[in-house]
Amino acid sequence: MAVLTSKINPRDETFVANQASMQALVDDLHTKVAQLKLGGGEALQQRHQARGKMLARERIERLIDPGSAFLEIGQFAAWEVYEDYVPCAGVVAGIGNVEGVQCMIVANDATVKGGTYYPLTVKKHLRAQEIAERCHLPCIYLVDSGGANLPRQDEVFPDRDHFGRIFFNQANMSAKGIPQIAVVMGLCTAGGAYVPAMADESIIVKEQGTIFLAGPPLVKAATGEEVSAEELGGADVHTRISGVADHFAVSDAHALDIARRSVARLNRPQGAQIEVQEVRAPRYPSEEIYGIVGTDLRKPYDVREVIARVVDDSDFDEFKQNYGNTLVTGFARIHGFPVGIVANNGILFSESAQKGAHFIELCAQRKIPLVFLQNITGFMVGKKYEAEGIAKHGAKMVMAVSCAKVPKFTVLIGGSYGAGNYGMCGRAYDPTMMFMWPNARISVMGGEQAAGVMATVTRDGKARKGENWSAEEEAEFKKPIVAQYDAQGHPYYASGRLWDDGIIDPAQTRTVLGLSIAAALNAPIEETRFGVFRM
Amino acid sequence: MFNKILIANRGEIACRVIRTAQRMGIQCVAVYSDADQHSQHVQMADEAFYIGGSASQQSYLVIEKIIHAAKQSGAQAIHPGYGFLSENEQFADACQDAGIVFIGPPASAIAAMGSKSAAKSIMQEAGVPLVPGYHGNDQNEKTLQAEAEQIGYPVLLKAAYGGGGKGMRAVHKAAEFSQALASAKREATASFGNDKMLVEKFIVKPRHVEIQVFCDEHGNAVYLAERDCSVQRRHQKVLEEAPAPALSEDTRQAMGEAAVRAAQAIDYRGAGTVEFLLDANNDFFFMEMNTRLQVEHPVTEMITGQDLVEWQLIVASGGVLPLSQDQVTLTGHAFEARIYAEDPQQDFLPSTGHIAYLRTPDQDQHIRIDSGVRQGDDVSPYYDPMIAKLIVWDENRDRALLRLQRALREYRIVGPTTNLDYLHRLATHKDFVRANLSTQFIEQHGDSLLHVNNPMPAALNHACIGAALALAAQQNNLATGPWAQAQGWRLNQAASIQFELQFGEQKLQLDVSQAASDSQLFSVRTHVETDTSQSSETLEAVQIRAQLEDDTLTITHQGHRFELNVALCAQHYTLFSGQGRVDYQAIDTQAAFGMEEDAGTLTAPMNGTIVAVNVEVGDRVEKDQALVVMEAMKMEYTIKAPSAGVVEQVFFQAGELVSDGAQLVALQVEDDA
Repeated sequence: MAVLTSKINPRDETFVANQASMQALVDDLHTKVAQLKLGGGEALQQRHQARGKMLARERIERLIDPGSAFLEIGQFAAWEVYEDYVPCAGVVAGIGNVEGVQCMIVANDATVKGGTYYPLTVKKHLRAQEIAERCHLPCIYLVDSGGANLPRQDEVFPDRDHFGRIFFNQANMSAKGIPQIAVVMGLCTAGGAYVPAMADESIIVKEQGTIFLAGPPLVKAATGEEVSAEELGGADVHTRISGVADHFAVSDAHALDIARRSVARLNRPQGAQIEVQEVRAPRYPSEEIYGIVGTDLRKPYDVREVIARVVDDSDFDEFKQNYGNTLVTGFARIHGFPVGIVANNGILFSESAQKGAHFIELCAQRKIPLVFLQNITGFMVGKKYEAEGIAKHGAKMVMAVSCAKVPKFTVLIGGSYGAGNYGMCGRAYDPTMMFMWPNARISVMGGEQAAGVMATVTRDGKARKGENWSAEEEAEFKKPIVAQYDAQGHPYYASGRLWDDGIIDPAQTRTVLGLSIAAALNAPIEETRFGVFRM
Repeated sequence: MFNKILIANRGEIACRVIRTAQRMGIQCVAVYSDADQHSQHVQMADEAFYIGGSASQQSYLVIEKIIHAAKQSGAQAIHPGYGFLSENEQFADACQDAGIVFIGPPASAIAAMGSKSAAKSIMQEAGVPLVPGYHGNDQNEKTLQAEAEQIGYPVLLKAAYGGGGKGMRAVHKAAEFSQALASAKREATASFGNDKMLVEKFIVKPRHVEIQVFCDEHGNAVYLAERDCSVQRRHQKVLEEAPAPALSEDTRQAMGEAAVRAAQAIDYRGAGTVEFLLDANNDFFFMEMNTRLQVEHPVTEMITGQDLVEWQLIVASGGVLPLSQDQVTLTGHAFEARIYAEDPQQDFLPSTGHIAYLRTPDQDQHIRIDSGVRQGDDVSPYYDPMIAKLIVWDENRDRALLRLQRALREYRIVGPTTNLDYLHRLATHKDFVRANLSTQFIEQHGDSLLHVNNPMPAALNHACIGAALALAAQQNNLATGPWAQAQGWRLNQAASIQFELQFGEQKLQLDVSQAASDSQLFSVRTHVETDTSQSSETLEAVQIRAQLEDDTLTITHQGHRFELNVALCAQHYTLFSGQGRVDYQAIDTQAAFGMEEDAGTLTAPMNGTIVAVNVEVGDRVEKDQALVVMEAMKMEYTIKAPSAGVVEQVFFQAGELVSDGAQLVALQVEDDA
């Protein structure tokens, strides 16, 4: 037992100020999510419901078990990305329990631009499938979409990770024995028709769901044939005549019940592959994270204070505590699951990088999931450090992170800059899931540093040409760069582009990680094989 | 005393007899039919014999089988209980022939009282007062009707060989006579195999007061006071009490002595009951004598402190009555409530089914429960649908009644519909409380007794069931890990646990949120949709604190702490409180999404036998025309046309057995247009 003892004082001035500033960010997050839940707006929601249809989120509530959690992913997808307002990128996705089985649910929101696929809609759908494939989660598609967003066809159709990839994924997941279930609850036109057609099992709602390669207007234009949508591709046609769908449902609720029955029959044994212990709550309240962390990334704090509020019983067995101590590594449990934690406690030095690589190797060897708490400005720079080979030591950590086949979970709890992002399992390193706190920032380097570097280059250029550059001019030059970095490093900018799987309330970190780990353990943990470590 | 007896009965009375006999050290032999293989009386007995099919005609009513079982087991005597063969003289004879003691009166006494008309003649001779009436052999309808005119309406038609209210009809005017007679005769034939009828003066506002008598073979006879069984439904007793309220000691003595004379007139032996009608002037008239132990005998036991089954065994084995008349003392007041599987809201239609949940008040010197069923048993359609008898005692009527009211609330059954709430409404009715009794009590107060009133606000009830479901789901969740304990967790939003329930005609959507910091704290919002009016509303959210331990739900709402029992059965969720019960159903998705039901389909309301099929394929029928008559639980039901139409198919013939829900007739409904 190595229970962490918190040293914070909740009455401390800094703590109180930190708490207030973080609370403001969390409140703002909640306000934004409340707005996102309204989809295309109350008027469109009412019109949707008036047709006897359930809203996307209502469908999910009905589909999952009463009391099941719903771990939403890509909640902020397309947030302030397009000129159009496209909340959640027009598709609600996440993991929920259906008949006790964790499933990936992808539900089109027809109140948002008719559920059409913007580029980020495609990206979110593919990301949901990627998580499902990684975690072996059955997929349930609640289809209600007008298909590709035609004005943006060049960004949604032709490339590898565009619309077609959805069906490629369905085929390959099905091949791996990951069930694919489609519930057609609205339009399912053209390419979209392949969602139910490619599914293992599909359900269609009468007088609501339609499946066809070409809708009535296109048919009329092509052949002159006049036909109603229901006659062309309604539930009756597809369950009785064409066989494109398997189950006829009289309503949304009925269709969702059939989907539940279908999942109940999947025969998915849950094998224990990891030693799980009784769950114990941390000894300190998770809300105290607000006061510890605050929102000023430059203010240091001991990351163990965060760990003490995330892991079971605040019990943390530290590894190499006295070596390379700007990186904290150690074993703990989250919701009973064993985890290896890698957390920044300052800048990365050669020793901390080697320690990180060593620890990641240990976890991969023992098949223990890894949790990265990322708050890193980068690797140490300077002659001394280059000379001692910080690049190759950093490379060792990047090698270890890249190759480790255990489930990896990254939470950006502060800064995520430069090569630090790589060593700490940034998006490029395929974490099973990755989340961001609302106070975090992500960019290749800090805005000030970037502006400084670019100013230096500019000044040198001007100097070569013999031009003068005043301090005022330099400041003017730097300002937009800093502003750009600030804007682009912001969580909503990042999450809007799906650089992560969502912004989370820091107080929910433990639950998010617990749910994520449990979901990931539906897939067997592979053996890891590392590449060549530069010694 | 006997070493071993056989109990030729089932259910609560078999259990009750076994209890006393075993206490006296007597070995008990039970008999059982197919339906009773696992019944309580079989398990309580020291041994048990299988005697045939579930229908009582194939088992409990077959004399040879019972005698055979008794011989096989070496039982020296047979206790017949009540009903079945208890008042069957052939059975009493058969016992004697087999050298087995029949625990009851001599066959001759049964025969003498079995025919009501003969009984009356005997009583007249013995100086027991009689109700004016016609008891003749001429059964011509004209004669009967003329006699009715002579006596003066209203009159009562009674099956001469009947009992228990079967084959009995009150006729208020001449025009109703013919139809009532036919119906009474049909029922009499079905129940007793004899349709002979008596016609009697129908006494207005009478009370049913009966005297318990006991005789031994040494010439001793005593009466053990009376029971007031005025609260009756279709001549079936519902609530009984002893002693009869406001009965003077003189009247008691007069009635008791008349009853003893009646018993002695037929050389009676054992336990018997002489039933009288008592009018407002304290005049009493002999109705009939029951030559068996009555269902309601426990109220007599409670006020006399005697065990009547023990007395029966003593007398049957040749012993002397334990007490002489002057040793009989009465202490306090007792009630008995008969708990039936039946639906008071549907004209007391018997219900059957699995008892999924059963909780009873604790038994002590005040509370006694005579029951033959346990949780997990089935109430089958083959026998009387009585589930149990609840008997209470206290120093006086007021206090005993308080106990009865409370005990009825603490008696909780989920499964077949029961009359428990109805009994509670009876027991709390102001006229019952004031002992303003008559045999028309239920008829008079019918509507007010059927009125269901639950004072707890609906939204609070819904909140309680929502919290209970959420807590039970968490307790029953065998899965571990964060997904199992998530309590409806949502990313960056409040948690959400949703349940959909059917509540009468309302469809409820419960949105239950459980505080993350305190799993006992709930906020429940209910969205109500009404099937019929297609309207919907959202009730104000209710905040409660809820704890669930086994089936006890402790709620604190706005500082008011109270306990409920909650039964969460497969499809059925029930809240029980001191105010009554609230029933919810899980939404049956199969039914909810089934194809629209064919309006022309007519199905059996329960398991039973088809008595008559009045229509043929191709017949055109009017709305409410009787199509099929079926008999179930000893009652007749008529299946009527829901609207005018043409009969397309008839699926059963008279005499066939049908099960609950079976389609009887297919009707092509005519369009109104």
